[in-house]
Amino acid sequence: MYSEKVMDHFTNPRNVGKIEGASGVGTVGNARCGDIMRVYLKIEGGVIEDAKFETFGCGAAVATSSMATELVKGRTLPEALEVTNQAVMDALDGLPPVKVHCSCLAEEALHAALRDYAKKNGLEIEGLPEPKEDTHEREETEA
Amino acid sequence: MIYFDNAATTPVRREVLEKALPFLETAYGNASSVYSLGREAKKAVETARAEAAAVIGADVSEIFFTSGGTEADNWAIKGAAEALKDKGRHLITTAIEHHAVLHTFEYLEKNGYEATYLPVDKDGLVDPKELEAAIRPDTILISVMFANNEIGVLQPIAEIGEISRRRGVLFHTDAVQAVGHVPVNAPELKIDMLSLSGHKLYAPKGAGALYVRRGVKIAQFMHGGAQERKRRAGTENVAGVAALGEALRLASAEMELEAERARKLRDRITDGILNNIPHTFLNGHREKRLPGNINISFEYIEGESLLLLLDGKGIAASSGSACTSGSLDPSHVLLALGLPHEKAHGSLRISIGRFNTEEDADALLRELPPIVARLREMSPLWSDR
Ligand SMILES: Cc1ncc(COP(=O)(O)O)c(C=O)c1O
Repeated sequence: MYSEKVMDHFTNPRNVGKIEGASGVGTVGNARCGDIMRVYLKIEGGVIEDAKFETFGCGAAVATSSMATELVKGRTLPEALEVTNQAVMDALDGLPPVKVHCSCLAEEALHAALRDYAKKNGLEIEGLPEPKEDTHEREETEA
Repeated sequence: MIYFDNAATTPVRREVLEKALPFLETAYGNASSVYSLGREAKKAVETARAEAAAVIGADVSEIFFTSGGTEADNWAIKGAAEALKDKGRHLITTAIEHHAVLHTFEYLEKNGYEATYLPVDKDGLVDPKELEAAIRPDTILISVMFANNEIGVLQPIAEIGEISRRRGVLFHTDAVQAVGHVPVNAPELKIDMLSLSGHKLYAPKGAGALYVRRGVKIAQFMHGGAQERKRRAGTENVAGVAALGEALRLASAEMELEAERARKLRDRITDGILNNIPHTFLNGHREKRLPGNINISFEYIEGESLLLLLDGKGIAASSGSACTSGSLDPSHVLLALGLPHEKAHGSLRISIGRFNTEEDADALLRELPPIVARLREMSPLWSDR
């Protein structure tokens, strides 16, 4: 049911782990629906130097986390905002219809991490959407 | 491949296949035809009926072949509801039934019937006292599964049969997971209707049966020809039915030995996991369960990921996670045990069959710990614990 790319990113996920002292951290999803994603970003001079993730979820959730972090690494913030769920899905050669919500979570985890970064630094990132209600963004307790 | 999903379906045994093949190729007659080819088919169907009846202690006149467990459940429940609608419109079942029963109940609820869904305790057992208390003057049917397909728990069927008979309410049991694996005697257990299915016991998919105790009147479900003594129309699935009969005969003859063997493997795997992987627990009663069923939750990880990585190692099993159920909610059975969602998402069902060996168990116990560790490493729930 999954494409080869999805299986590749699921079985050999890129960027798994934490970033100590990350510039921004975002966690979305909830255990009720079975997917939780946390994205860590290290941002310097307006560029995403590094991105890592931790994910509790199905194969698609892991693969989209892996792909989303790959796609934003080395990008400027405006470029990172172009990494939408559609972009993540396209890069993975598509997802089964029931799994599309996983790709939304990846985009939202990324946005949550960017919002955390903006808040910590008193910045406003143009074009960064507000949190969506139904994705259960969580308050970050750790940096 | 190592196949640990025998509760989902089983391969057809060689002996069973050999019994069935002639009815597809050379002895292909229609069992209703008068010439010898037809009579041969008829004879095969009646032999299978005798085997099926013998296995559950029934009379041949009480066995009706169907297209499987789902049809048997639908027929029993809708047929009883329709036949008894003037007596009452209240039906009782449990929260942990297979969807073949649950969705049939929901259908009836939309059509003027009322249903009570009995809860289960943390071990997955129905309380017979609670069941008796749920019976009303207008209760017309009680349907409680014999053995659960996810957690393997065996319900107190004798007590439920006793109560149903004493209170004059029809009792149906979905015994799809039980027949051929544990002793089932319908008359002794005071069962009025019982569903069984071939593909859980090494016969092909698409062949099953409904036992209807003599004297119990239910409405017809399949209308058409005069097959099955005019109670279930449709040209007999002769090959499937012949296979079912042979599979039942073999399962019954080998039950004691096979159950003992499965139980040993089950207990070895269960202990091997629970003792070697932290933050794991067994779902369902430890002893009152099918000899071949294991259902374990692995905290902090999600089931579909676990299945995919096991598949990568050539091991097939199943999970109650939402991602494998095709909905956003995890298994209704695990939720009914009181499990929080995240622990239900992290469940793994290992169902043992006659072809599983000690080497299969070795491989599972070897491959599982690093996979679980790897998924936990990746999990935000694990780092936050
Ligand atoms: C408990 C139970 N009831 C009913 C069914 C449905 O049987 P069938 O697949 O033969 O329609 C199954 C199997 O999927 C089952 O496990």
